[in-house]
Amino acid sequence: MLIKSRESWEEGEASVTPEKIYLNRRRFMKSGLMGGLAAGLAMSLPAFASDDRVLKPLNFRHTDFDPGETMTPYNAVTGYNNYYEFGTHKDDPAKNAWQLRPAPWSVKVDGMVEKKGTFGVEDLVDYAALEERIYRHRCVEAWSMVIPWVGVPLASILKKLGPESGAKYVAFETLADRKQMPGIRWPVLDWPYREGLRMDEAMNDLAFVAVGLYGKELPNQNGAPLRLVVPWKYGFKSIKSIVRIHFTDTKPKTSWNMSAPNEYGFYSNVNPEVDHPRWSQKRERRIGEFGRRKTLMFNGYGDKVASLYTGMDLRANF
Amino acid sequence: MPVTVSVPTLRRYGKPLVFVALLLPALWLAYNWWLAFQYQPNALGFNPQEASNRFTGDWTLRMLLITLAITPLSKLLKSPKPILFRRMIGLYAFFYGCLHIISYVWLDKYFAWGELWADILKRIYITVGMTAFLLLIPLAVTSTKGWVRRLKAKRWQKLHKLVYATGVLAIFHFVMMRKGFQLEPLIYGAILAGLFAARLPAAIKRRRRQAAA
Ligand code: HEM
Repeated sequence: MLIKSRESWEEGEASVTPEKIYLNRRRFMKSGLMGGLAAGLAMSLPAFASDDRVLKPLNFRHTDFDPGETMTPYNAVTGYNNYYEFGTHKDDPAKNAWQLRPAPWSVKVDGMVEKKGTFGVEDLVDYAALEERIYRHRCVEAWSMVIPWVGVPLASILKKLGPESGAKYVAFETLADRKQMPGIRWPVLDWPYREGLRMDEAMNDLAFVAVGLYGKELPNQNGAPLRLVVPWKYGFKSIKSIVRIHFTDTKPKTSWNMSAPNEYGFYSNVNPEVDHPRWSQKRERRIGEFGRRKTLMFNGYGDKVASLYTGMDLRANF
Repeated sequence: MPVTVSVPTLRRYGKPLVFVALLLPALWLAYNWWLAFQYQPNALGFNPQEASNRFTGDWTLRMLLITLAITPLSKLLKSPKPILFRRMIGLYAFFYGCLHIISYVWLDKYFAWGELWADILKRIYITVGMTAFLLLIPLAVTSTKGWVRRLKAKRWQKLHKLVYATGVLAIFHFVMMRKGFQLEPLIYGAILAGLFAARLPAAIKRRRRQAAA
């Protein structure tokens, strides 16, 4: 039995002080003209779903994971989402995700792993060890954000579960419930949404499981109650609202690869040199900025992850 | 169903009314961009370039479909009066197509010509969109009375059949541009197919007549 530590976040000890939020805002406002454009944008749309569920503040410690770039305003992070289970327009998730019930939640763990079974979020995530990491987020559609996530390293969860030595991959599935997710009615993709990582990628220090955002619990449209964050890969790899973790020795099927294998590979590492067949990946629009900025190899995380791919042809393994 | 409004009334009041109505989406877009540039709250959302690419693309396609609906509508009403509006709406399709390209070339790509050229050559959906737009240019140019006269009705009509090709290409462009298997482009596709089907009986009749002659 894994140890729960619910109390720590129920206490709501103010590690997210109003000062912090104030500072965030300042940091964002100070960033010059385009920050101003973003401010205009940020006010232009309310983030619907976050109003529908009271998001509890979380207890966490700060880390050095911080690119030092202007954070994308909360309203944009929660109002501009790709979460096709709630609709294909960017504002659909914010409008429709209130229908998701993130608690109680259970995650099925199966395959080549010691601790098989069904687990609650608190069984997997050690709420006493929550940390904040500010990561760049680069969508395959050539836009990007900077997001302060709260969560735990993916490795901490996988180690608890005890993968068998033969397990080479870990696969994830998103909830696919017609009653909670209106977008499921139409087969945009072959539901449920599936993603996967090679075991060494999953164990990499950067791979993260978020349960929070901007110091509070994850809003539904951002993948409540728990989601993956792999910032060196295109956003769609960072699977939301996880209900299954499967350990396997064969490369798992992943949803976008199943849908268009020539456009979305298994790895989907951010790579400005390898274009998507329908658009260039050389530059990206940081949400809130007018122009485009250069996309960085591995989204700027090469020092941490490039070694995972030494000797691999990244053009063939896109 | 008889159309009781007279042709002069339609000319005097109907046309300006339709003109203003179809301009409204463009005015809305311009107003919201103006707000965005003033750093004011606006309705373009968090990625205004994407929003305006899509908004203008949608309206180009809608204008095309309305244009293509005019002939079937006049058949349905058993009146040629809707034809009065056909040229204007067709030109609006061209106008929104121009805005669509401006949105992409200026607001989105900010005149990155190298990248734009690569897009047109390498990205099939852009190539298809570009072809759809290029086919509209001769139609817009020859939309004047002078050109109708110069080309003679027969040849003019033949040339303007290009609009069907633009319609089909536009739907392909739309389907290809969206990720996954999405419903919206298919709805537009179904409408286009419906409009083609509505023309079918007349086209078959014409063929028969030609074959008999
Ligand atoms: C008659 C010609 C055209 C029509 C009817 C048309 C129509 C459309 C439609 C309906 C969309 C989808 C909008 C949505 O998702 O709601 C679209 C998207 C798009 N079109 Fe076109 N288009 C045309 C020509 C072009 C041309 C010439 C270009 C480029 C030079 C172009 C570039 C694009 C781009 C880049 C998008 C994607 C928008 C985004 O997601 O940012 N189109 N178009």
